[in-house]
Amino acid sequence: MSVPAELHYTPEHEWVSFEGTSASVGITDYAAQQLGDVVYVSLPALGAAVAAGEPCGEVESVKSVSDLYSPVDGEVIEVNAELEGDPSLVNAEPYAAGWMFRVRVAQDGNGDAALPADLLSAAEYEELTKSAG
Amino acid sequence: MTSFAGWQMPLRYASETAEHQAVRRAAGLFDLSHMGEIRLSGPGAGAALDYALTGHLSTLRPGRARYTMICADDGGVLDDLVVYRQDEDEFLVIANAANTDVVLTQLRDRASGRDAQVTDATGDYALVAIQGPEAAGILAPLVGGLDLGAIKYYAGAFGEVAGRRAWVARTGYTGEDGFEVYSRPDDAEQVWTALAAEGSGAGLVPAGLAARDTLRLEAGMPLYGNELGPDVTPFEAGLGRVVKFDKPGEFVGREALAARASSGPSRHLAGLTIASRRIARHGYPVLADGRTCGTVTSGAPSPTLGVPIAMAYLDRPAASLAGADLSVGIRGDAVPAHLTDLPFYSRRR
Repeated sequence: MSVPAELHYTPEHEWVSFEGTSASVGITDYAAQQLGDVVYVSLPALGAAVAAGEPCGEVESVKSVSDLYSPVDGEVIEVNAELEGDPSLVNAEPYAAGWMFRVRVAQDGNGDAALPADLLSAAEYEELTKSAG
Repeated sequence: MTSFAGWQMPLRYASETAEHQAVRRAAGLFDLSHMGEIRLSGPGAGAALDYALTGHLSTLRPGRARYTMICADDGGVLDDLVVYRQDEDEFLVIANAANTDVVLTQLRDRASGRDAQVTDATGDYALVAIQGPEAAGILAPLVGGLDLGAIKYYAGAFGEVAGRRAWVARTGYTGEDGFEVYSRPDDAEQVWTALAAEGSGAGLVPAGLAARDTLRLEAGMPLYGNELGPDVTPFEAGLGRVVKFDKPGEFVGREALAARASSGPSRHLAGLTIASRRIARHGYPVLADGRTCGTVTSGAPSPTLGVPIAMAYLDRPAASLAGADLSVGIRGDAVPAHLTDLPFYSRRR
């Protein structure tokens, strides 16, 4: 199971990658393995306002449906349209071609990206998956 | 791994879609040791099963298998079963894991006073199934003491697999040709390992519960708890043929089943294809022109058809819905659906 060191993680088994004021979001390798073959991904609409910890889409696998959460507050500026035609990218490359959406992160009073305090490091996330069995 | 009726079961080994495709194109290996085995022995065993089940099991020839059901007095299905006649006075009843206790209790009760001993043999057997077009070719070099080619569909014989004694039956739950190997639990690992090694060059892969479910769904086979349960008779599931009214003597549920046979089923099992990638899952409503007309019992992506498929109980015959706009309510959205004949998939013979 892969947990790239440079990414941030959430307890909902999503990863976040920050580039300036934008954040790319996907689900982790662990999540993809737990879900099994992903068959459908419902992504938020372009321009939609998303809030940290709130559901903004769905990931559907052969056996289950899971909510997709935004890890940050902000506005959706890009979605991975490739997933509509090939949702199996989520299983094949969860951290690359299987990415899901990009958010322009809301700014705090100082003009910095407002990041939630509860994001996990790679080491912390790995620990979480181990304790989840 | 997943918990299933008190057993730890592999839901998938890798990709359930790849496992499904392997079974359709080559072969898959399943560990089905959770299935319940109940033995009926004695000169009255056939007659006891005739009374206890819907089928006419006393006419089954030794070495043959039959698909049948056990019903309650009100005709409701308590389980669907495969029964093997292993010898003149020896029957082996295969029950779903979750129903084994109920079936065992009922068989003991129904066989009492009929010169048949009923024993729970679940712990005596492990079950490894090899299913798919390559199954016979992979199994053949490993068997001893039996002629695999002589075992027809729904038949079985004692022999050896990988040097271990086994009951080898040409049965399954995938819609493909294949075999089920019942061995002693201590011998199952050797059977599994030998089959896996023999099949590795022929495209055999281990397959889990998820693939088993999509395979049986494509083949239009019911799953207890989804299409079958105590609230339906075999007639609702389109399986009225398992009820043998012409057998001699009484059997449990006869009166209620006869009434249902003459009144017609209260619900109608139908096949649906879904015009989306989204899956119509168990319990979702089926709508005709926007109004509820039924409920999905099972749904999954069909790797063979390339679209999601579902089985559903409808409150009217499918024929009367010709021309209606059908849809499935998928978490608030009405997703278009189309009626399809069952099964969704039949292998070429």
